[in-house]
Amino acid sequence: MLILIVGCGRVGSSVARAMLREGHEVSCLDEDPESHARLEVGLEKSWEDLGGQFTVGAGLETEALVAAGIERADAFIASTDGDNTNIVIAQIAQKRYEVPTVIARVLDPLRAEWYQRQGLHTVCPTSVAIDMLESAVRKGAEGAGPPDGAAEAA
Amino acid sequence: MYIIVVGAGKVGWNLARELLEKDHEVTLIENNRRRYLTVEQELEHNITYGDASELWVLERAGVQRADMVIAVTGDDEDNMLICQVAKQKYLVGQIIARVNNPRNRQHFDLLGIKPSVSATDLILRLLEHEVPEYGLVHLLDLQEEQLEIIEMLLGSDSAVTGRRVGDLQMPEGSLLISVLRAGKGFVPTADTVLEEGDEVLAVLDPGKEDDLKTLFGPESNGSNGG
Repeated sequence: MLILIVGCGRVGSSVARAMLREGHEVSCLDEDPESHARLEVGLEKSWEDLGGQFTVGAGLETEALVAAGIERADAFIASTDGDNTNIVIAQIAQKRYEVPTVIARVLDPLRAEWYQRQGLHTVCPTSVAIDMLESAVRKGAEGAGPPDGAAEAA
Repeated sequence: MYIIVVGAGKVGWNLARELLEKDHEVTLIENNRRRYLTVEQELEHNITYGDASELWVLERAGVQRADMVIAVTGDDEDNMLICQVAKQKYLVGQIIARVNNPRNRQHFDLLGIKPSVSATDLILRLLEHEVPEYGLVHLLDLQEEQLEIIEMLLGSDSAVTGRRVGDLQMPEGSLLISVLRAGKGFVPTADTVLEEGDEVLAVLDPGKEDDLKTLFGPESNGSNGG
């Protein structure tokens, strides 16, 4: 399975390493050549030696997407630092290249929810953080005691 | 009409100003605080501060009752998203998007964001207009309607100079719609005789340009034009 990850920051690079470790073919696309170094954090060999692919370019550039292998990708993850960029390039992967699995990271819960309802698979880390914070606060309030209970639960 | 303009750069600011002068109700949305404060000195309550790709900012600006949303920020992804949301979520009747990088136009089309306007393309068109290569200028591409309007300047060597419009063998799928002569435009009839210096406008199916060029171009084929 070929997984294409656009946006290779903390999130993208971690997902990329995990997928490579699980034996998938992984290709990363990022505007910043420096992101390549982030990919190799904690790795004993170079990203390429381990079978990974890295392309420098923007997610809206057709040539860059094609060079990164979008035409034969089985999964596409949009994890750049821009919500709008992720939403747009995920739709391009879905509509133009018909990638079977497309996931967009969207930090804004409102946009994530609406696009999810339009048939785009969105993941919203903000909503997850909100849920975790709320439940941590509730647990803390219930115990009304030392916070170590909440810390354990987290 | 109630019109929301997103992006208070040179384009957005001037657009808002023009629309206000034409008595439209306008809200301009700008997400750079300093820029907002500058423009606010002139436009006052007609500009609001915020990121228009946040749905609540659009809602606060009254997107539900807007007749038109125009996104002219310097970021193509933002323009695409704002127009997509305006059209599909808030059912705004008319959207217009600015394309900053002409290579992104295909993405606007893919997401159904039409019409989209690219300054680079417009300048290219203007260049063609000022420096006509074949005496045949694209004025307008009506993409939806699959039609183009072109302008041709008739030189002394044009094969149609001195001929009646009714006698011209216009290619199928093309129509002569107007003649500009000595600064005045009129709709030609079958009896109109074309003169040197006439600028004629024709509407045609895409791909018919070559046929028209042959018909209206120089009579002899020994010219070095084109």
